[in-house]
Amino acid sequence: MNISRRAWLGTSAAAAVAGFFGVSGNAIATVEDVEKLIGEFGGSATAEDGGPLQLTTPEIAENGNSVPVSFVVESPMSDDDYIESVIIMASENPTPEVATFHFTPGSGIAQASTRMRLAKTQDVYAVAKTSKGMLYKVSNNVKVTIGGCGG
Amino acid sequence: MASKPRVKIPKSVAAGDVITIKTLIKHSMESGQRKDTQGEAIPRDIINQFEASFNGNVVFSVDIHPAVSANPYIEFSAKVSEAGTFVMKWTDDAGAVIETSNDVAIKG
Repeated sequence: MNISRRAWLGTSAAAAVAGFFGVSGNAIATVEDVEKLIGEFGGSATAEDGGPLQLTTPEIAENGNSVPVSFVVESPMSDDDYIESVIIMASENPTPEVATFHFTPGSGIAQASTRMRLAKTQDVYAVAKTSKGMLYKVSNNVKVTIGGCGG
Repeated sequence: MASKPRVKIPKSVAAGDVITIKTLIKHSMESGQRKDTQGEAIPRDIINQFEASFNGNVVFSVDIHPAVSANPYIEFSAKVSEAGTFVMKWTDDAGAVIETSNDVAIKG
């Protein structure tokens, strides 16, 4: 037996990750998938960075099975100028979509929060679409100490 | 599929107020990515849609994907300009729907 402690720790950590993903190792989404989704979501419009959109995620998530995510978009939320929808994406999950939120002027404030699964440390994206077709995009990096794509 | 959802919503508000509504429903949200001990994929079974309407008009809805955690928690806002009823609806992959309704009165 000539296995160093460090090497052994590395293998067991890799095995633990494989466990979360299923033995065969599922494909992981990429930033390109996220870009494609934004295209489908926003049509031809180009996403501006930031703007009125604020995304809140923890810097470090101890449990990838339940990571709080919330956002708020500043908007008058009137009948002719409101936030139509906001999509949340996780760039390196097996599938990048997390959830799409649809608002109406009756929502009052374009805000929502939920909890999501993150397979590993990665960037979380939010894109907001206004009723006029404007797009705003932000992304936050979340460090995940225990992955959670299994459940 | 799931037990009665929990909805936290004020009972009475001033007209025109924007209120915050918090909902929680018990559901395993099986992602379809996991394998059982025999190596067979566990089929996907999630709540894929949430919808909130006030007096018959949809005010907020969510398309939900497997990356949403088990026992999905959703918090959102709604503007209340008249007394009425909020109806929340959760739909799962099998098409089963769970509904709750909450009355909101106007203060004063």
